[in-house]
Amino acid sequence: MQPQDRRSFLKASAVIGAAATGLTPTAAKAAPRNILSPDRLGVLVDTTVCIGCRQCEWACKVAHDLPTEPLESYEDPAPFAAMRRPDETALTVVNRYDNPKHPEVPYTVKVQCMHCGHPACVSACIVGAISKEENGAVVWDTKKCIGCRYCMVACPFQIPAFEYQEALDPRILKCDFCFERRKTGALPACVEQCPVEALSYGPREELVRVARDRVRRQPERYVQHIFGEYEVGGTDWLYLAGTDFAALQFPSLGPRPAPGVSESIQHGIFAYFIPPVALYALLGSIMWMARHRGEEDEA
Amino acid sequence: MTMHQMMKPTPLATQRFLTPGVAVLLLLVLNGFAFLAGRFLFGIGAVTNLDNQYPWGIWIGVDVAAGVALAAGGFTTAALGHVMHREQYHAVVRPALLTAMLGYTMVAAGVAVDIGRWYYIWHPLVMWNGNSALFEVGICVMIYMTVLYIEFLPVVTERFIGRVNLPGALGRLNGPVDRTLRALDRGLSQTMFVFIIAGVVLSTLHQSSLGTLMVIAGPKMHPLWQTPILPLLFLLSAISVGLPMVIVESLLAARSFGLKPEMPVLSKLGRMVAPLLGVYLAFKLGDMFVRETFVYLKVLSTESIMFMAEILLGVVVPLRMLLSPKVVKSPPLLFTAAFLVVGGVVLNRINNFVVAYTPPYSYGSYFPSLGEISVTVGLASLLVLLYRAAVIIFPVISLPDRTLAPPSKYSIRG
Repeated sequence: MQPQDRRSFLKASAVIGAAATGLTPTAAKAAPRNILSPDRLGVLVDTTVCIGCRQCEWACKVAHDLPTEPLESYEDPAPFAAMRRPDETALTVVNRYDNPKHPEVPYTVKVQCMHCGHPACVSACIVGAISKEENGAVVWDTKKCIGCRYCMVACPFQIPAFEYQEALDPRILKCDFCFERRKTGALPACVEQCPVEALSYGPREELVRVARDRVRRQPERYVQHIFGEYEVGGTDWLYLAGTDFAALQFPSLGPRPAPGVSESIQHGIFAYFIPPVALYALLGSIMWMARHRGEEDEA
Repeated sequence: MTMHQMMKPTPLATQRFLTPGVAVLLLLVLNGFAFLAGRFLFGIGAVTNLDNQYPWGIWIGVDVAAGVALAAGGFTTAALGHVMHREQYHAVVRPALLTAMLGYTMVAAGVAVDIGRWYYIWHPLVMWNGNSALFEVGICVMIYMTVLYIEFLPVVTERFIGRVNLPGALGRLNGPVDRTLRALDRGLSQTMFVFIIAGVVLSTLHQSSLGTLMVIAGPKMHPLWQTPILPLLFLLSAISVGLPMVIVESLLAARSFGLKPEMPVLSKLGRMVAPLLGVYLAFKLGDMFVRETFVYLKVLSTESIMFMAEILLGVVVPLRMLLSPKVVKSPPLLFTAAFLVVGGVVLNRINNFVVAYTPPYSYGSYFPSLGEISVTVGLASLLVLLYRAAVIIFPVISLPDRTLAPPSKYSIRG
C-alpha cells in the first residue's frame, strides 16, 4: 500500500462519513411491522374447563390445510401417552397431566404460539419476515423467509417449527391466530370448535379482566396466576390453571420482553451509526499519525 | 536495512500442488460434497440431526461462528501492519488476508448450506431488520467479504502486471488487459487505506454481534455462557485468536512447503498474544463471578466439563506457555500454544451455539450427524486446498529476496 497525502486521505474519509450518514434514516426505518395495539385481541385458555377432546387440533388442521385424520379419530386418548409439541404437522396440540388431588379429572393444556406483545421472533428475524399485527397475531411471510431458523432459537416458548424434509421452500410453521380467517370476521378455528368454551376470544384487556375476576371468585379452583399477563412483557394468549404452571410444563419466564437485552445491545452498538463512524475516525487518525511519524523518522 | 526488507512475497511456483496430503483432502472434499448433494436434493433433515428442538448445529457453530472467529487474523494483522504501521509484520499480512478471504468465503458457503432457502441468501440486502443481530452479522459479513476481495486485488495485479499472456486469439487483448491492471493497481494504492480501515471497523462490529446472536435465546442458553457481555467476550476472543491463527498457518505452510519458519516475526506475534488472552480471561472470569455462575461448575455435567476445557486448555494453558520466552522461540512449542488458543476459541463457539443451547422442551440431545461432520470437514479441507493453490499462484508467502524456494525433498509433505 502506497502512502497518500493528507488531502486525499481526508477526502476519502469524508466520503465514507457521508455514506454512513446517508444510511442512518433508512436504517431507522429498517424494522418489520411490529404493532402493539391497545385494542389487540387474544384468547383466554381456561385449562380447568378444557376436557381434552382435542377437537381444536382437528379444527386447526382443517383451517390451515394440513393433513388430518377424521374428527372421530381424535376421541382416541392414545396421543396423551407422550408429551407433544406443536410442529410442522400440527400448529396446536393438547397435552394431559395427572391431577394428584382428583385423578379422575386430569389437567389438559392446549399449546400453541402465545402471540407475545413483544415477540422475540419478530425482533430476531434477519429479513423481518415475522410481524406483529394490529389484531394481535404474530404472522410469518413466506415471500421474505430465508429459512435460517433464528426465530426458533429466539422463541422462549419453543414454538416455530421448520419443514426439515423439504428441499425447496421449506416453511416455518406456527399458529398464526387464524390471521386470514379472522379478516372475514370469523372466529379462530380452535375457538369456534371448542365444545365447552374453554377458549374465550376477545380484546386482551377484557380477557385480563375476565381472568382476574374468575381467579378472585373461585380461589379454590384456580392458582393465583394468570400466565401470560406479565410473562415476557405480556402475551396475547392467556392461561388459567388449577395447579402451579410449572407442573403443566409452562416455562418460568420473567416480566421483561424477550428481545429486550439483545435489542439494547444492538442499538447501543449502532446508535445513529456514531460508534462505527467514531471507530473509523479513530483508526484513520492512528493510521495517519503512524505514517506521519514514520516519515519524520526517515527524514 | 531491516529484516523485512529482505523478504518479498513470492509465488511458490516451484511447488507441486498434488501431494499425498492433498489427495486425502480432496477425498474429504468429495465426501462432503456427496452429503451436500443429499441436503440440496432431499432437504436439511435428510443429512442432519437438526430438529424443531435444536434448530442450529455445527454448521452454524463451527462453519459460521468458529469460521468467522478464525478469520480474525485478517483484521488483527491489518490493524497491526497497516493501521499501526508496523512494517516488520508485513510478511504475515498477506497470508492472513488470504486466510480471511477464503475463510469468509467458506462462512458464506456454510450459511448457504444451512439456510433452508439458500436461493434467498440475498434477501437481507433488500429486506432489513435493524433490530436483528443476525441481520447485522449478515450485512457486515457480506460487506467485509467484498472488502477482503478488494484488499486482495493488489496481489492479483502484482502477479499479472507485465506478465499477461492470454492464450490464442485472446493474445491481442494482452496489452489492454495489462493497461487495465495497471490502472486498477494505481487506483487501489490510492484508496486502499479506506478499505483497510473499513475492514477493521466491520470486523469489530460483526465479531461482537456474533456474540449478541445468542443473547436473545435468554433462558434457553446455559447460564455459564448466557451473559449480556457476550458481544464483548466474542470480540476479545476474536482479537486473541487472530495472531495465533496466523502463527499456526504460517508454521503449517512452512512445514508443508519445506520453507524456513518465519520465527523472528512469529515470536514477536506470540509475545503479543498473552496480554490479549489475559484481558479476555479477566472478562470471562469476572463475568462468572459477577453473575455467580461458578455454582454450575460444582456439578459434573457436559456443560461444566466443556466450560472448564474451554477455559483451561484454550486460555489458561496457552496463556502460561506464551509468557515463557522459551516457548515463543521454539517452533513446536509456539505451534502448540497457538494451536491451543485456536482450539479453545473453536470450542468456545461450539459451546455457545451448540452445548449451551438447552431448549425447555427437548426429548433427547443434539449430536452432529455423519453428514453434518462430513460437510464441515469438507468445507475446511476445501479451504486448505484453495489456500495451497493460491500461494502457489500468487505472491502471498514472503521468501528471502532473489533466492526462490529451493525445491527440496521435504516439499512433498502434505
